[in-house]
Amino acid sequence: MPHPSTSMNIFSVAGSAMAAQSQRMNVTASNLANAESVAGPDGKPYRAKQVVFEVASSGSGQQDIGGVKVAGVVEDPSPLKMVFDPKNPHADAKGYVAMPNVNVVEEMTNMISASRSYQANVEVLNTAKTLMVKTLTIGQ
Amino acid sequence: MIDKLDAALRFNREALNLRAQRQEVLAANIAHADTPNYKARDFDFASRLTQAVEQGRGGQSVQMAATSSRHIQGQASSMPDRDLLYRVPSQSSIDGNTVEMDAERINFADNALRYEANLTVVSAKIKSLLSAAQ
Repeated sequence: MPHPSTSMNIFSVAGSAMAAQSQRMNVTASNLANAESVAGPDGKPYRAKQVVFEVASSGSGQQDIGGVKVAGVVEDPSPLKMVFDPKNPHADAKGYVAMPNVNVVEEMTNMISASRSYQANVEVLNTAKTLMVKTLTIGQ
Repeated sequence: MIDKLDAALRFNREALNLRAQRQEVLAANIAHADTPNYKARDFDFASRLTQAVEQGRGGQSVQMAATSSRHIQGQASSMPDRDLLYRVPSQSSIDGNTVEMDAERINFADNALRYEANLTVVSAKIKSLLSAAQ
């Protein structure tokens, strides 16, 4: 008996990777968009966020072949950027404003990496699909 | 007669099955290119094929729980997970990930091509069997 869903599994693995990468891209977009957000809904400056990936357990014991799961979105604990701007309403007593700790260069490279990984998974998906279609025409 | 037909296609069937399994393992490697601490996996195709052809699939078969002596024991076999090997990275990564995208992509493309070649061979074989039967 073949593995129950041997090749259908490629679709779920690559699909989960695409979903995870697109979530990473979403978080990057949020970081870039809020690079100058001095105050969020809680009144505090925005903190950069990163997604953490992990292997989704396939439920079959020690075999660690499975899809990609987003384990969580963590906040960057690095210190906020202090900018001297006494005119800003959010400035402290010394005239400094706490700006988000978003590193724009880092976010841009993160975005490129996510988009490349996404593309790789799309290609995997396309190849798997082509092979499946050809398998369906065996002996014709 | 049916068993002879089965025997004629058996080698190709096992090879196709293993190619599909390897495709899945490689797809998982590519999917986990950015997962920290993920170790790239693969298996030795040649030895697995020899094993499958000589000893049949699945060294360890899954046993069904039989609560009565009259229950028929199933013969399902699963993919032997233990045979999955770890790839040795040529450049290590700081987050413990050993996926090398270029190598994985090459392996994936190579495996896809070989799968397709196998399909062609199977189709040709079926055609020749059909023409012999007519």
